[in-house]
Amino acid sequence: MLSNLNNRKIITLLKVQYSNMLEYRVEIALWAISGIIPFFMLNIWTNNNLNESINISDVMLSRYFLSAFFVRQFSVVWVVFSFEEDSLMGKISPYLIQPLNPFFRYFAQHLAEQITRFPFALTIALVFFIFNPESIWIPNLLILFLSIISTFLSFIIQFLIQSIIACLCFWTEKASSIERLLFIPTLFLSGLLAPIVSFPEYVKSWIYLTPFPYLIDFPANLLSGNSTNVIGGFSMQILWILLLFPVFKKIWSKGTKKYTAMGS
Amino acid sequence: MKLRKYLIVYKKFLHTSLASELEYKTNIFVDLITAILSLIGSIFLLSIFFQNNVRIGGWEFEQALIIQGIYTILNGITNTWFNPNLKEIVKHIREGTLDFVLLKPIDSQFFISFKNITPSGLLEIMLGCCLLLYCIKINQINLNFIFLTLCLITIICSICILYSLWFFISTTTIWFVKTWNATEVLRSLLYIGRFPLNSFSFSLRIFFSVFIPIAFITTIPSEVFLGLSQLWKILLEVLVAIVFLFSSRKFWLFALKFYSSASS
Repeated sequence: MLSNLNNRKIITLLKVQYSNMLEYRVEIALWAISGIIPFFMLNIWTNNNLNESINISDVMLSRYFLSAFFVRQFSVVWVVFSFEEDSLMGKISPYLIQPLNPFFRYFAQHLAEQITRFPFALTIALVFFIFNPESIWIPNLLILFLSIISTFLSFIIQFLIQSIIACLCFWTEKASSIERLLFIPTLFLSGLLAPIVSFPEYVKSWIYLTPFPYLIDFPANLLSGNSTNVIGGFSMQILWILLLFPVFKKIWSKGTKKYTAMGS
Repeated sequence: MKLRKYLIVYKKFLHTSLASELEYKTNIFVDLITAILSLIGSIFLLSIFFQNNVRIGGWEFEQALIIQGIYTILNGITNTWFNPNLKEIVKHIREGTLDFVLLKPIDSQFFISFKNITPSGLLEIMLGCCLLLYCIKINQINLNFIFLTLCLITIICSICILYSLWFFISTTTIWFVKTWNATEVLRSLLYIGRFPLNSFSFSLRIFFSVFIPIAFITTIPSEVFLGLSQLWKILLEVLVAIVFLFSSRKFWLFALKFYSSASS
């Protein structure tokens, strides 16, 4: 009974958010286009033959960056910005009364956005293949399945991190600057701009202990067929989720106690 | 007389927006750290490119740092003036408050472009200047009067081009109300301004000098710094800047004809 009710809730939430997202499809197409930085990076790498020193062929590198583009497309999180706006406007209060954690709403919003985004991302990939026909590849089903899972896990890690930051809104009101701060290491260390194999040794020695390589580098390597430690990657992803989830729960329960709505 | 009026109005703008921004003091501090980390990150990325290569696109590491410095300054200017203001255009159009702007007895483009200021971007400008000073030292550039004037002229032209690009994109929202994130696309394209234009493939080089003149924005000023630039390039940049400024003005006036406010 309970699970039935929950299922219905989830499906309704997804449906509502999906139709909401469809209305803004131009916007989502633009978001998809704004993620093309990996292709510029690829251009620098191959045009200057920088990849020779790290022993990755042009084709493998272009597959890597295409995969990085895809992983990034489906793990973008902006919950902190939505939450901040809702919190500043006092919209959180009605959500808090509902018997549903408001973060489910944001979660459904993200999933719906990803579904809407899929055709656009695919179009960009097609254009990429027209210009680089030699890099076409079809990953086998198992790899595809695993990389979808790891992309989803990467999405969850980022969602949890941002939700924790979003909860800081209860104390500081403007938390998005902290998110922008955290975005910098995500940008440079996740492998979006350069594959982690190319990093100097003094960075490689500690980077695999942080969550960053598992956000883009690991799923992208998996999808593109570059060598990577599959079991290690998945266990680190799950470990980070297990670490972050209790933190989120704690900060949420503390924050809601602290919350004072406008005018109350 | 007219100029004095605008100066007085601008003083008021500065006063009000600084007052509201300084309300969130920790935010400014966090933004400072973000700017520093972002600079470190991009230098780190550059160092990866130069790990096994002495030159990229004909630029040495020390020379490429100049581009980085100029990019940081321009990015700071974008964050201080362009971004907070031009984001507002979209809001004005969406909520119909552009009416109030148009009714005011000052120029609407002036009002819309200079109303807000985000002081944290100023820190980025200072960081960029420090990096440039350091570059002048390590590249052993002789400072003289002609050099300084040329640098100043090219950088001012870059700022004008950058402003016009932002303004163009934001103005298009008069027709497509919902494309507020078109500026994000521009932002991601501008990202390639961090690297020398010659490091990209021929087709991208053409694209970024003809359609979106990012080439003019950072590469030409950097060449001037190194004393490598020919006179025709500088003249061309001045010309491009004038054309862009002029047409952005015309475009705004043209677009206003199509503005139909929210309820009329």
